[in-house]
Amino acid sequence: MDLATTTYIVVGFTFLIYIGIAIAARAGDTREFYVAGGGVHPIANGMATAADWMSAASFISMAGLIGISYNGYGGSVFLMGWTGGYVILAMLLAPYLRKYGKFTVPEFIGDRYYSDTARVVAVICLILCSVTYVIGQMKGIGVAFSRFLETDYETGLYTGMVIVFFYAVLGGMKGITYTQIAQYVVLILAYTIPAIFISLQLTGNPIPQLGLGSTLVGSDTFLLDKLDQVLAETGFKEYTTSVRLSQVNMFAYTASLMIGTAGLPHVIIRFFTVPKVRDARKSAGWALIFIAILYTTAPAVAAMARLNIMQTIEPAPGQNLVIDQRPQWFKTWEQTGLLAIEDKNGDGRLQYVADPQRNELVKLDNDILVLANPEIARLPNWIIALVAAGGLAAALSTAAGLLLAISSAISHDLLKSTFYPTISEQMERNASRGAMALAVFGAGYLGLNPPGFAAGTVALAFGLAAASIFPALMMGIFSSRVTREGAVAGMVVGLGVTLFYVFQHKGIMFVADWRFLPGLAPNWFFGIEPNAFGCIGAAINFAVAMGVTSLTREPPERVRNLVQEIRIPAGMPSAPSDH
Amino acid sequence: MQKLSEAQAKEYWKRNRSLMIRLMAIWFIVSFGFGIIGVDLLNTVQVGGYKLGFWFAQQGSIFVFIGLIFYYVVAMARLDREFGVEED
Repeated sequence: MDLATTTYIVVGFTFLIYIGIAIAARAGDTREFYVAGGGVHPIANGMATAADWMSAASFISMAGLIGISYNGYGGSVFLMGWTGGYVILAMLLAPYLRKYGKFTVPEFIGDRYYSDTARVVAVICLILCSVTYVIGQMKGIGVAFSRFLETDYETGLYTGMVIVFFYAVLGGMKGITYTQIAQYVVLILAYTIPAIFISLQLTGNPIPQLGLGSTLVGSDTFLLDKLDQVLAETGFKEYTTSVRLSQVNMFAYTASLMIGTAGLPHVIIRFFTVPKVRDARKSAGWALIFIAILYTTAPAVAAMARLNIMQTIEPAPGQNLVIDQRPQWFKTWEQTGLLAIEDKNGDGRLQYVADPQRNELVKLDNDILVLANPEIARLPNWIIALVAAGGLAAALSTAAGLLLAISSAISHDLLKSTFYPTISEQMERNASRGAMALAVFGAGYLGLNPPGFAAGTVALAFGLAAASIFPALMMGIFSSRVTREGAVAGMVVGLGVTLFYVFQHKGIMFVADWRFLPGLAPNWFFGIEPNAFGCIGAAINFAVAMGVTSLTREPPERVRNLVQEIRIPAGMPSAPSDH
Repeated sequence: MQKLSEAQAKEYWKRNRSLMIRLMAIWFIVSFGFGIIGVDLLNTVQVGGYKLGFWFAQQGSIFVFIGLIFYYVVAMARLDREFGVEED
């Protein structure tokens, strides 16, 4: 059976499962629609959170980012940043927000800061970071379809939109939860199976996490030492030590991704679905276990696939690959434009070196590492098909979670809580479905007509979440003194400063012509790149909120009681008697 | 379910906070400390094929994160029981 047919069968089968689950688990009432009835087992929720969280970027791009663009050690910012946020979530946010026990993130901010303005500002922050994030997923769906199923990009994107629309709109949080569990299983198998094979081939060790620290088959040389050596010979920096820009930048980048992770609403609302406060803590731990299976495999895939590529091109020093005899996967991926070669010196052989003047592998897309991995390792067709299904599962599961976060913010926080309090539950759910439909089409439209900013979007989402939502939530829990004026000012300034730094560099909405203040050097703020700026935005948010709080009247007593109440898992502290 | 007095509630929160501070300190040390600030120093130690600093940055910190969360789960369950605020 040829690859395309196999892929259609495997992908089609997984889609049938998702749709079947969506029909079986459709939401009957509002509580099921927003928080899956609040009865999800912590391990099940951990798995759903892992799928919710791991996007097309984690599945398709991350190993390549580490292995190629960030040249090894520099890519650690993603590994630590995208996992360390769960420690923050488990200890600083999730249990208390679960105790608060309502449906959305802006709802908490509105109640805690006793202000419709705070709630609406939170909705705006939420929509900004979720929409930028969902565009990336829609693109991922279109790309996965077009590469594996040989459809064009548009057809792939439309199919993805229909599938997401179907199960997210029908099932609400309940349907999404159970499809995400299935999607986790698909994506983790799709990621680990090729990794196990490649680790076996290179090191003889079936566990990639151990293989990365092992010697190569038939030699005493450690894999990482070999990779360092091969890269040095071709003029690249050493894999295990090459820093991303600077240590300060890596510090800021990691911190921004951690804080951003903890502040992303679509992740936070997953913790509203478990029955108890202690389940919220547990669930964060399980989520991180499920995420770590992929995240500790990724650096192994990165190093091993990079070494494979280097050695395919130059098996021994000076013995470069004859271009006419290049393997089939080269030709396959050249057709997609992810890979391009140019025989600059006309010797009929391929040179892959750091020096751009002499480098003949003129295009090596990050996504290649994961997508072409099974072909490079000569694995059977069904595994290649599984990788396609895994990439789609990662994109679909994240897109669904994001769409729910967006639509519930609109129907619940804007309509029900702010502008139209008399709305019935049935109407609220329908409004949410309508908002979701709009969001699907909006995201699809932006995926089809990327306004130049699709590439930068996912990174921006973390910066925005870190600078706006996270500080408001944390101060809301850890201080009963921060006032509505402080919180609103903090969110607005944090968000504004972060957008300013990113757009100043990359152009407003990432349109390069719309850069401003061109006199400033790149990364002018302590050498920190725009993607790493979220933690600075967060610090500014905290500072502004504290400053404004000290100038404004303290919050009413009911707010101070609310803060006391969410800190304790069961029961309430007795009302203070001394005032 | 008993009601906590204000003093008890304060004490519960204080103990929770000091536990968090200790665990977040470890969180900071294994990632920012071992993985970034002190990476060159740790890289002088070799464990198997890994330079130790590189290992913490790409593997070790993640394993420690998991351990921290589950330690917090267990320690908080104990604290909840001690103050009688665990959920049924």
